[in-house]
Amino acid sequence: MIELKNVDKSFDQLKVLKGIDLTVQKGEVLSVIGASGSGKSTMLYCINALEKIQGGNIIVDGVDVHAPSTNVNQLRQKIGMVFQQWNSFPHLSVLDNVALAPRIVLGKTKREAREIAEKHLKHVGLGDKLDTYPTRMSGGQQQRLAIARALAMEPGYMLFDEVTSALDPELVGEVLDTLRLLREDGMTMIVVTHEINFARDVSDRIAFFHQGVIEELAPAKALVNNPQRTRTQQFLSKVL
Amino acid sequence: MSETASTIQFFTGFSLNDLPFLAEAAGNTLLISVISISIGSVFGCLFGWALYASKYARIFLGSILDVFRSVPLIIQLLLFFNFFPILGFPLEPFAAGCIVLIVYTSALVAQVARGGIEAVPEPMRRASRSLGMSYFQDMRYVVWPIGARAMLPAWTGVALGVLKDSALVSVLGYLELLRASQILITRTQEPFIILAIVGAFYFALSYPIGKLTAKLEQRWQYD
Amino acid sequence: MDYTFHWRPVIKALPDLFSAALITLEAAVLSMIVGIIIGLILAMMRLYGNRPMYFFATVWVELARNTPALLQLFFFGFGLGAFGWHLSPFMIVLCGLAFNNAGYLAENFRGGFQAIPKPQYNAARCLGMSASQTYTRIIIPQVFKLVYYPMTNQMVWAVLMSSLGMLVGFRELSGATQFLASNTFRLFEFFLVAAVFYYVLVKLILLVAHLISRKLFTY
Repeated sequence: MIELKNVDKSFDQLKVLKGIDLTVQKGEVLSVIGASGSGKSTMLYCINALEKIQGGNIIVDGVDVHAPSTNVNQLRQKIGMVFQQWNSFPHLSVLDNVALAPRIVLGKTKREAREIAEKHLKHVGLGDKLDTYPTRMSGGQQQRLAIARALAMEPGYMLFDEVTSALDPELVGEVLDTLRLLREDGMTMIVVTHEINFARDVSDRIAFFHQGVIEELAPAKALVNNPQRTRTQQFLSKVL
Repeated sequence: MSETASTIQFFTGFSLNDLPFLAEAAGNTLLISVISISIGSVFGCLFGWALYASKYARIFLGSILDVFRSVPLIIQLLLFFNFFPILGFPLEPFAAGCIVLIVYTSALVAQVARGGIEAVPEPMRRASRSLGMSYFQDMRYVVWPIGARAMLPAWTGVALGVLKDSALVSVLGYLELLRASQILITRTQEPFIILAIVGAFYFALSYPIGKLTAKLEQRWQYD
Repeated sequence: MDYTFHWRPVIKALPDLFSAALITLEAAVLSMIVGIIIGLILAMMRLYGNRPMYFFATVWVELARNTPALLQLFFFGFGLGAFGWHLSPFMIVLCGLAFNNAGYLAENFRGGFQAIPKPQYNAARCLGMSASQTYTRIIIPQVFKLVYYPMTNQMVWAVLMSSLGMLVGFRELSGATQFLASNTFRLFEFFLVAAVFYYVLVKLILLVAHLISRKLFTY
C-alpha cells in the first residue's frame, strides 16, 4: 500500500504539491491526469525519494520513505519507475540493461539474472532483441525495454511518468498494450498520463491534479464521463 | 649560513635592470610566433582545401603532413638545423626556427581547415551553386565564411599551441623568452621568480585569447 | 654537397636507441596513468567541489594549458631547486608530463561527465543501485567512451612531449640520441633515425588504441 499524508513539496519559492492525501491499495491501478506543471510527475519522484518533500509523510508498505533512517536503495527495489525519456543504458546490450540491476543490487548470479531478464524481455515482446544495443531500437521498443528493466527487480509497485509523451504517435499503442498486460498481471500501478481514454479503460480510479492539489478523485469511468468539478470539466473538454 | 652567503656573492641577483632583456626576448618570442602562425595558417588552409578536394592530396600530402604531427618538434628543429650545413649553407637559428614552425603550423592547420570545410552543410553549397555561383565564388562567399567560423576554436588552439611551442627554438640558440630565462637563471640563481615571470607572460597572452574564443564559440552556437 | 652520410655509427647504436624508445614509452605511459588519476580528481573538484577545491583545480588546469610544456618541465627541474628540492631527471619528466596531462585530461573528463544526461543517473538509482554502483556501472563507462579519443590524443602528446627530457638530462629517446650523436658527430643521421622511431611509436600507439576501441565499444 502506498500512502501519502498531507504531502508538501516546493522548489525554492514555488509550491508544487500542497497537502496531497492519497492511498493506493495493493492491486489497484491509479491514473493521474492534469495540465503540465500541475505536480503530477513530481509526486512520482517524491514517492521514489528522487525528490525530497518539505512536509507530510509518504509511506510504502509501512515504511516512511523520507525518514532519515530509511534505506532508499532497498525501498526503490520495491518500486519500479519508467520515465518519459526511456533512459536505456546505451553502453549495455538489451539483455544487460535488464540483467544488471538484479545481479548487482539483488545479488543474483549471472545465470539467474540472465534468465530473469529473458523472461521479462519476452513478456514485453523483445525476446528477439537480446543482443542488440538500445541505440538501434525505436522509441517504443526502448520504452518497453525500460519497463522490462523495472519489472526484472520484481517490484511491488510500478510508477509510470508520461511514458508515451515522447513517442511518435504510431509507437504509442505498443507501449500502452504493455501496460494493459501488466494490469492483467495484477500489478499495482500509478500512471501519470495524457492518454485520457487509456486511463478510463485501464485504471480503477483517476486523480485530476490542478496546481498542486488533487481537484477530483473518482472511479475512472465516472471521472471521465461525468466529472463533478468545473476545472475537471474544463480540462477534459480541452483534451478530449 | 655563511657558506651560502659566500656563494651568492659570485652571482648578481635578479633586478629591474634585467627586465628590458626579458622584454626583448619576449618580443622575439612574439615575432617568431606571429610570423610562423600567419604564414603557416595560409599554407595550412591551402593544404586543407587540397585535402578536402582531392583524393591524391589526401594520400600524398596527407601522409607527409602526418609526419610533422608524429615527430616531436624538438627533433624536427634539430634535424632541420643540422640539415642545411650539409647542403652547404648553414641557416641562422631564427630562419631555421621559422621554417620548421611554419611547416609544423601548416600541418596542424591543414587538418583544422579540412574539418572546417567539411562542416559546411552540403545543401548550403548546392543552394549556392544552383544560384549560378562558380566553384570559386562558392568557396569565397559561402564555404570560407561558414567554415572559418567552424574552425576558429580549433585554429586558436593550434595558434596558442605554436606560441607555446616556439619556446623550443631556444635549443637552436635563438634568444627567445625561455632561453633568456635560462641565461638569467644561470647568472642570478633565482630560478623560481624568473620562471614565474616568464610563465606569467605566456599565460597573459594565452589565457585571455583562449577564453575569448570560447565565448565567441558559445555566442555563435545561438545564431 | 661535400657531406658524406655515415650510417654505421647509427646502426651500431640501434639497440641503444631501441631501449631508449622503451624508456620514452615508459615515461609516457606512467605520466598518463598519473595524469588520468589526477585529471579525474581535478574534474570532480571543478564539478562538485567547494570553492577552494574549485579554485585549486582551475588554477592547475589553466596553468597546465596556458604555459609551455618546456617551462613546466623547467619548473620541476630547477624551479623547485629554489626550495631545496632536487628531482632526478626521470622524476622531472614524469612530474612535468603528469602535470600537463592532468590539466588537459581534467577538461576532457569534465566535458564527458557533463555530457551524460542526469536522467541516466535517476534511472539507475530507481533500480535500487547505490550512488557508487551508478557511477561505476552506468556513468563512468559512458564517460570513458566519450573521453577515449581525447585520451589517445593525449597519449601521443605525452610521447612527443617526453622528448623535452633531453633538455633536463633525461636519457629517453631524444636524450640518448643527442648523447650518442655528440659522441660520433653524426647529428643528422642520428636525429633522422630518432624521428623514424618516434613516427613508428606514434603509429603503433594509434593502432593499438584503435584495436582496443573496436573491442571495447561495440555499441
